[in-house]
Amino acid sequence: MASVTYDHVTKQFGNVTAVNDLNLEIKDKEFLVLVGPSGCGKSTALRLLAGLEEITSGNIYIGEHLVNDVPPKDRDIAMVFQSYALYPHMNVYDNMAFGLRLRKTAKPEIDRRVKEAAEILGISPLLDRKPRQLSGGQRQRVALGRAIVREPKVFLMDEPLSNLDAKLRVQTRAELSKLHQRLETTFIYVTHDQTEAMTMGTRIAVLKDGLLQQLDTPQNLYDHPLNIFVAGFIGSPAMNFFPARLLGEDSQVYLQADSFRLKVPAERAGKLVNYRGQEMIFGIRPEDIHDRALASSVSQDAVVKAQVEVTELMGSEVFLYLSTGKQNFTARVEPRTSARPGKPVELVFNMERMHLFDPNTEERID
Amino acid sequence: MKSISRIWSRLPLHLLIIGLALLWITPSLGLLASSLRPARDVLSSGWWTILERPFDLGQFTLENYAAVLNRSGMDRAFINSLIITIPSTILPITLASFAAYAFAWMDFPGRRALFIILVGLIVVPLQMTLIPILRLYNHLGLAGSFLGLWLAHTGYGLPFAIYLLRNFFGALPRDLFESAFLDGASHLTAFFRLALPLSVPALASMAIFQFLWVWNDLLIALVYLGGTPQVAPLTVRVSSLVSSLGQDWHLLTAAAFISMLLPLVIFFALQRYFVRGILAGSVKG
Repeated sequence: MASVTYDHVTKQFGNVTAVNDLNLEIKDKEFLVLVGPSGCGKSTALRLLAGLEEITSGNIYIGEHLVNDVPPKDRDIAMVFQSYALYPHMNVYDNMAFGLRLRKTAKPEIDRRVKEAAEILGISPLLDRKPRQLSGGQRQRVALGRAIVREPKVFLMDEPLSNLDAKLRVQTRAELSKLHQRLETTFIYVTHDQTEAMTMGTRIAVLKDGLLQQLDTPQNLYDHPLNIFVAGFIGSPAMNFFPARLLGEDSQVYLQADSFRLKVPAERAGKLVNYRGQEMIFGIRPEDIHDRALASSVSQDAVVKAQVEVTELMGSEVFLYLSTGKQNFTARVEPRTSARPGKPVELVFNMERMHLFDPNTEERID
Repeated sequence: MKSISRIWSRLPLHLLIIGLALLWITPSLGLLASSLRPARDVLSSGWWTILERPFDLGQFTLENYAAVLNRSGMDRAFINSLIITIPSTILPITLASFAAYAFAWMDFPGRRALFIILVGLIVVPLQMTLIPILRLYNHLGLAGSFLGLWLAHTGYGLPFAIYLLRNFFGALPRDLFESAFLDGASHLTAFFRLALPLSVPALASMAIFQFLWVWNDLLIALVYLGGTPQVAPLTVRVSSLVSSLGQDWHLLTAAAFISMLLPLVIFFALQRYFVRGILAGSVKG
């Protein structure tokens, strides 16, 4: 159990900067998720902490200890690899016991820890099997077990679910959360999947091109994304963006887009005095767009007419793929909707939940 | 229906493979047949004449083998060959696997340059080294000794062995080694507990190569051992049969077949390691 600190950490491979001046404070017992598109440096950040790559500049601390020059085996961390990296010639028991044996743990203690971990993960009947005799899900558990028996200060996981099928992934997600509560250890988890990040993380760090974009709780990240990248990356389907101009005076402030005009709620309008007449990016999440026919209260200033292109029934909801003017966007509405492909539809935007971004800096405007 | 058309479509390929295999094995079969025929038959007709009456066991005899083993000190030569070949196989493979691991998984300055030089050594003809090394051996008193021959074979075998094993070690999944290092393994542990057990197929094929090479070698043995009968291996012995016995073909064939026996046994014993799949299940699903 320990906190982890990245202090101005930079990693360069030749001319490529994989991690750029990363500052992160990960609290003890936290489940921190590093998320971002492929090539954003999240795996590199994890490997720097594991000691598998050397830091170009900056410092990494585990607890109070500076670990820059500490070899991987002395950092007291365990890592679960995307490929699981099980030792193919050893059975499950030996795979899990390998690290403990190298550390000269007493035999009865090894036995106790391996059996306990196997019990937690439900792989007790598989201890004699070789990795090739296991299914993907079972291998993934063995990889977790190998980390658990070590009782490390910090758990590192590099996309551990990406080789599992969709159903197993959802199930394992919940089990990982349970495991975190049970072990009460610091977890650092790397994924490109924003759903995994949202469902498991205590806090989420969003990375892009080696730069930390935002570090916050899942709810704050979702409700107050600091820039267009985070807004578009977190949430599925992704947030809709429209170029728009801020018009009007006093409390009567409007967003004029290509093919529609929406009234900005009075309490938001007050803060936008300095931006009158400026271009900006207007963002709204698909679930904040409703079918007008089903909306309870309708303000005439928040209605947008659009053409339905495709509908996707998900069971409990319907995704509408729409177009207005030259702009495509997505709405997530109730299945009762009468919207049909090729037909026009009237929609209501929930402007209380709008997001505004500066088109040049791409940063949030409040 | 589908399987029948499949057989038809692959028939030409199979015929070609069978034809090639027959072509390659014919000389060996001829050798075996000749070695089992009496001297006068060998001198008067070709080995293929046995095909006229293949089931007549009366035309075969073990006399040639008895004669070779009794008369010409073949037993001593057989043992000498073993004494030369076994260390000359184990030594280079052991050294090469250490070196190959270092080239594949350890970072040190000049790694690439050193490896390129080593690979370059593969193309150096060993004949170029015969005279300088022989002079060195005479100086050191190694000429005519088993030790000298072991060292020579080790030196000649190492570049290729290192090259082959490095490529095999390098193809093992990186995650496995990183996982082992996080588990607390040193390079030595990773070498003995991971790299070696996972490379049994490569080590076995390397062992077969090296064993056959040394077992069949005549040149190096002749040059460095100088034809001393006490230390001469089978190859030297068999070649001296030709000169000392002149036209005794029947004995030569038997002697040659005796020298082929052990390599055949070794090959059949180790060939199952050529089968792939020992890595299955280590990574991914």
